[in-house]
Amino acid sequence: MKIHEFQAKELMKARGIPVPQGYEVSSVAEAISAVAPLVEASGSPIVVVKSQIHAGGRGKGRFKEEPELAGVNVVTDGINGGIEATKRKVGELAARMLGSTLVTVQTGAAGKEVTRLYVEQGIDIDRELYLSVVLDRSTSRNIVMASTEGGTEIEEVAAETPEKIIKAEIDPGLGLLDFQARQLAYGLGLEGAAFKNGVRFVKALSEAARELDTDLVEINPLVVTTDGRVMALDAKMSFEANALYRHPEVQDMRDLSEEDAAEIEASGYGLSFIKLDGTIGCMVNGAGLAMATMDIIKYVGGEPANFLDVGGGAEKEQVAAAFKIITRDPRVRGIFVNIFGGIMRCDTIAQGVIDAVAEVGLRLPLVVRLEGTNVELGKQILDESGLNILSATDMKDGAQKILEATRT
Amino acid sequence: MSVLIDSGTKVIVQGMGKTGRFHTDKAVAYGTQMVGAVHPSRAGGTEIFEGETDHSGVPGRPDAYHVEVPIFRSVIEAVAASGATVSVVYVPPPFAADAIMEAADAGIELVVCITEGIPVADMVEAKSYLAPRSTRLVGPNCPGVITPRQCKIGIMPGYIHEAGRIGVVSRSGTLTYEAVHQLTQVGLGQTTAIGIGGDPVNGTDFIDCLNMFNEDPETEGVIMIGEIGGTAEEEAAAWITSHMTKPVAGFIAGTTAPSGKRMGHAGAIIAGGKGTAADKINALEAAGVMIAPTPTDMGQAMLTAMSTDN
Repeated sequence: MKIHEFQAKELMKARGIPVPQGYEVSSVAEAISAVAPLVEASGSPIVVVKSQIHAGGRGKGRFKEEPELAGVNVVTDGINGGIEATKRKVGELAARMLGSTLVTVQTGAAGKEVTRLYVEQGIDIDRELYLSVVLDRSTSRNIVMASTEGGTEIEEVAAETPEKIIKAEIDPGLGLLDFQARQLAYGLGLEGAAFKNGVRFVKALSEAARELDTDLVEINPLVVTTDGRVMALDAKMSFEANALYRHPEVQDMRDLSEEDAAEIEASGYGLSFIKLDGTIGCMVNGAGLAMATMDIIKYVGGEPANFLDVGGGAEKEQVAAAFKIITRDPRVRGIFVNIFGGIMRCDTIAQGVIDAVAEVGLRLPLVVRLEGTNVELGKQILDESGLNILSATDMKDGAQKILEATRT
Repeated sequence: MSVLIDSGTKVIVQGMGKTGRFHTDKAVAYGTQMVGAVHPSRAGGTEIFEGETDHSGVPGRPDAYHVEVPIFRSVIEAVAASGATVSVVYVPPPFAADAIMEAADAGIELVVCITEGIPVADMVEAKSYLAPRSTRLVGPNCPGVITPRQCKIGIMPGYIHEAGRIGVVSRSGTLTYEAVHQLTQVGLGQTTAIGIGGDPVNGTDFIDCLNMFNEDPETEGVIMIGEIGGTAEEEAAAWITSHMTKPVAGFIAGTTAPSGKRMGHAGAIIAGGKGTAADKINALEAAGVMIAPTPTDMGQAMLTAMSTDN
C-alpha cells in the first residue's frame, strides 16, 4: 500500500526524524493561509508547493492543462516582495495545480488529477543524498542503501555508477548497529555536525522501517543544509500488505482515489485482479497459472485484458463478480476461463460459471478449459447447460479458441 | 529414492483448524503417516479421520481408513511422543512464523509451511532464527511436497501425480499441478515435487532443490517453474552451469506482466526493471535449460531436454 509524501513525513516526524515543516492543503484558501505560519516558523521567505499523488517524478512532471507548469514549484517571490508576494504566488499556483492532471514518468500518459498539495518551507541545501530501506530478497533481510547521488533515480545510479551505492544489512534481531550507521555516514562524506545528524537520521529511519513494516522507505533527496542539518526533502513509503493488520494508523492513510476502482472492488470479493490493456478477459485459479494464461494469450497473438486469480476456493458469487468486473471493460471481446482443479473441483466451478452467466447475462464468447479434480463431471455440466460455451482441451487450445472467437 | 520425504516419513500438523483438518484427511487417505497434531487448547484429545482410501497414493492398503491422530500442546511434546521428523504448518498468518520457529526448536528436520499471507518481517525473523539450526523450511505460501505413492504433505491433489523419474520444483501452486499432470501424461512421472512458494522471503530455494535432485540417484531430470520477481531463477541458472549433471527443463510465468504490480503472489513483482521474465528466460537458456514456450509444452520440454542430453 502506498501513501502520500505528506503522510510519510507525518509518520517520520512522529518518530523524531527531521523533515521540513509543511501543511497539506486541498484548496486555494488553505494554501494561502499556510504561508504565514511556515515563513514565521522557518525564518525563510522561500516556500515550495508540491503536488501530492502516488507517483514519482513529480518535479520533472508537467500538467496536461498547462505544459509549462511543473508538479513541484519553488516560490521565491518573498525574497524581495515579502510575505504578501509569497501568498499571491502560492494562491496563483494552487489555483492552477488543484484539479489539473499531472503527467510524470510513473503515471502513464493519462496522468493523475491533483487534489491535494503540500506547502512546505524552503531549505538552504548544501548537498543532496539518497537513502532507502528495502528488502534484499537474496539475503532475506532489510538493507539500508545510501548514495551520494541524491535526486537521481537509484536504478539509474545502480546501472551507471554502482560503486556509488553503499549498503548495510540490518540484523532482524539487533536492528541497524551504531557502527553501520557511522560507516554509512562516512560513505556519504558527512563531517562535523552533519555527520552526527546523519548517523542519527539513518538509525531512526531504519528503526521506523522496522516498526512500521514498510515495504520501502525512500528518501530522495536526503538533504544536508548549509548549517549542517540532515533532513528528508522528499519521502516515499509503501507498506507490506500482509502486515497492515497490525498498523491501523497506516491503514487509515489509504487513499482509495489513487487506486483502480475495479481492483478495489475485486479485492472485496477475495479476487486478485489487475487491469491491463488487451481485449481478452481471463479468469484463472492460482497466481502462477493466471500469469501463464496472460502469457499464452499473448503467445497465440492476442492481448490479455486482465490478470485475475479467483483463488483456491471460489464460489458462485466470486465467479459472478469476476465476470461482472471483466465485462465492464468495453474493450473486452471475449473471456477465457482456465481452471486446474486441485482442491477446487471442476464441477463446482462449472456450476459457478453457469449460474454466473445466468445472472450476468453474458453476451461475449466464452471459452472454458477445465482440468483436474472431477473434470469429466465439470465438462458434462457445461455441455448440458445449453449455453454457448466453447470447451478447450488444454491451455493453448483455449487461448487459440478465444482468440478466434473474438476475431469473428 | 526420492528427496525430502518418503514412505517412512512421520508427519505432525501445526494448525488443526478447518483447513488443517481438511488437508490432513486427504493426506491420511493418500497414505501419509500423520502421527500427531499440535493445538494448545485441545491437547490430550484425538482427531479422528476415516473414509475411503485414495488409491492413487501408497499402494497395498485396504479400501477404507480409520486413523486417530493424538493432539499435543507443543511441537516438542508431539515429537517426543511420535518420533515425527516433519511438520506441516496450516497456522493462520499472524502466528505462522512462530509455529515455524517452534518446530525448529523442537528439532524437526523439515517444516512445510502452507500458510499464505505471513508478514515479510515475520519471515525475515524466522529465517534468521533458522539460519544456525539444521531445520529445513519449505514455503511459506506453497502447495507442499509430495513423493508419489509414498507421502503427500500439503494441499496438492494426489491423483495427478505418478511415481517416476523427474524432480519438480516450483514457485507456483497451480502451475506445479499443470507440470505434474503433463509429466504423468507423457509417462515420465515424478520422483518428488516441491512447491517452494510465492513469497519474497522463503525457505528452500531453487538451488537447494536442484542440488538434492542432482544427488538423488532416481531423479533423471528436473523441471523448474519460476515467475517474475527477485533473482532466484538467475542464481539457479548460474548454479546449473557449474554443478548440474542432469537435464533441466523450465517455464517462467509473467512475460506479459506489467512492471511495478504484484501479480497475485507477494513475491511476483518487477521492481526497478529487475525480475523480468525475459531476464530469467535468457539466463536459464544460457545455462542450457530447455524453456517451454507455453505452459502447455512443459511435459514436452522435459522430454526434449532428456533426449538431447544423451
